[in-house]
Amino acid sequence: MARSIKKGPYVEASLQKKIEALNTSSEKRVFKTWSRGSTITPDFVGHTIAVHNGNKFIPVYVSENMVGHKLGEFAPTRLFRGHSGRAAADKKVSTGA
Amino acid sequence: MARIAGVDLPREKRVGVALTYIFGVGRATAERVLDTTAVSPDTRVRDLSDAEVARLRQAIEREVKVEGALRTEVAMNIKRLMDIGSYRGTRHRRGLPVRGQRTHTNARTKKGPRRAIAGKKKAVKK
Repeated sequence: MARSIKKGPYVEASLQKKIEALNTSSEKRVFKTWSRGSTITPDFVGHTIAVHNGNKFIPVYVSENMVGHKLGEFAPTRLFRGHSGRAAADKKVSTGA
Repeated sequence: MARIAGVDLPREKRVGVALTYIFGVGRATAERVLDTTAVSPDTRVRDLSDAEVARLRQAIEREVKVEGALRTEVAMNIKRLMDIGSYRGTRHRRGLPVRGQRTHTNARTKKGPRRAIAGKKKAVKK
């Protein structure tokens, strides 16, 4: 179910505070956050936020049309390296030819 | 011949159904448009008067986003997801299901026909 409109978008309080601080001092600084579930509001635009993906922090530069998405959408948590068969088969073909 | 939004409507069907041959018009939209234009959904397309066809055409062009315009909008939405580097965008790019469905099995609609995996041994029946 979608979140109630009455509450407004979810942004972690500490994150909101940091963004506001950056906006009032109009400086640009990368800072870390674990709050992948926070919605990107228009205040975020232009900042770079290091979003945790469970392993390390992925720098996310927030552009205008990212507004309304969540921070976590831009820091993938899974790393797909391909299946063993395909790479091995490709290699075999190239060495064979 | 009733031609609305660049689509020929099937002549033998009821208008309520025939309108759904337009991309972007389903049963609900069809019924709504017929209601506002005061055309009975029970009439067959071949029995529609020219005035009724004109009314329908006008109503659909004015109120509903259909066919080419709708297709471009959908494509633009997907392109936006891909351009901002979101998770959903990368799923679109790879041709995998976007909304969290399992991919261990199934997901054939998105992935297309099964491809044989080179070097994979078939399970031996005992």
